[in-house]
Amino acid sequence: MKAINQMKMTLESRSVNESFARVAVSAFAAQHDPTVEEISDIKTAVSEAVTNCIVHAYPETVGDIYIWVGLYENGMVRVRIKDKGCGIINIKQAMEPLFTTLGGERAGLGFAVMESFMDKVRVRSTPGKGTTVTMDKLIKGRCDGQG
Amino acid sequence: MGVEILSNALRVTALLSGEIDHHTAAAIRMDIDSAISAQQPKTLRLDFTEVSFMDSSAIGLVMGRYRLLQAWGGQLEVVNLSDRNYKVMKLAGMQSLCMLKRKDEENESD
Ligand SMILES: Nc1ncnc2c1ncn2[C@@H]1O[C@H](COP(=O)(O)OP(=O)(O)OP(=O)(O)O)[C@@H](O)[C@H]1O
Ligand SMILES: [Mg+2]
Repeated sequence: MKAINQMKMTLESRSVNESFARVAVSAFAAQHDPTVEEISDIKTAVSEAVTNCIVHAYPETVGDIYIWVGLYENGMVRVRIKDKGCGIINIKQAMEPLFTTLGGERAGLGFAVMESFMDKVRVRSTPGKGTTVTMDKLIKGRCDGQG
Repeated sequence: MGVEILSNALRVTALLSGEIDHHTAAAIRMDIDSAISAQQPKTLRLDFTEVSFMDSSAIGLVMGRYRLLQAWGGQLEVVNLSDRNYKVMKLAGMQSLCMLKRKDEENESD
């Protein structure tokens, strides 16, 4: 399947960019005429993935976060968030609710939140090379049931 | 954006506002912690009325304050959650650590 429209951006992994990232992605996805609820779902999932790049992928440094968004004919939005940071050794364990390698103020619920708000979440990672999180959501939108 | 702290003899109330993410949580946490560490209140109430966005950083904020209150046996209340944020708090199991209330549910006054 080919995207009918795409957007790419690169951001430095500074926490001040978290709100910009989620607003930019959701503004682009607005072309699919999502509901307020669907916009919030996308914002929350993007916030989780971007925060993970900042706190986990590049813990002591500032690195680049690569964001790609694709819109598809059938109303699907695909968001890909990639870093070239430390990578994840055990992806299955990382995605379990309450699992965190940081503790303290982290709940270990980022992936659980992404999975609950998006239809599909896939994670690819190579230790030492980086991580790519790809999330899909079918936008049912405001027109649902009326045409 | 941030937090306003109100306190009386028994309770500290933190009125949270704006967006709670990893970036904003740090300052919110510091303000709440300096207020409750000084006073060691019986109850800490986190009021979400004016919160327009939250991600799992808000869950971390609740969990962290719960742990801090344990030091003197204080209780935690999380109130005026939107339906959406109430669902997220439940998903995270926060109802086992504290009292969770949605907007429009009655809060005990003084
Ligand atoms: N981009 C990434 N690079 C490296 N490690 C990651 C990345 N994303 C997630 N992880 C690892 O996966 C674990 C689980 O991530 P998740 O987002 O579920 O929880 P958390 O970030 O630890 O806590 P929370 O998101 O609740 O604040 C992290 O603790 C971290 O070890
Ligand atoms: Mg996370």
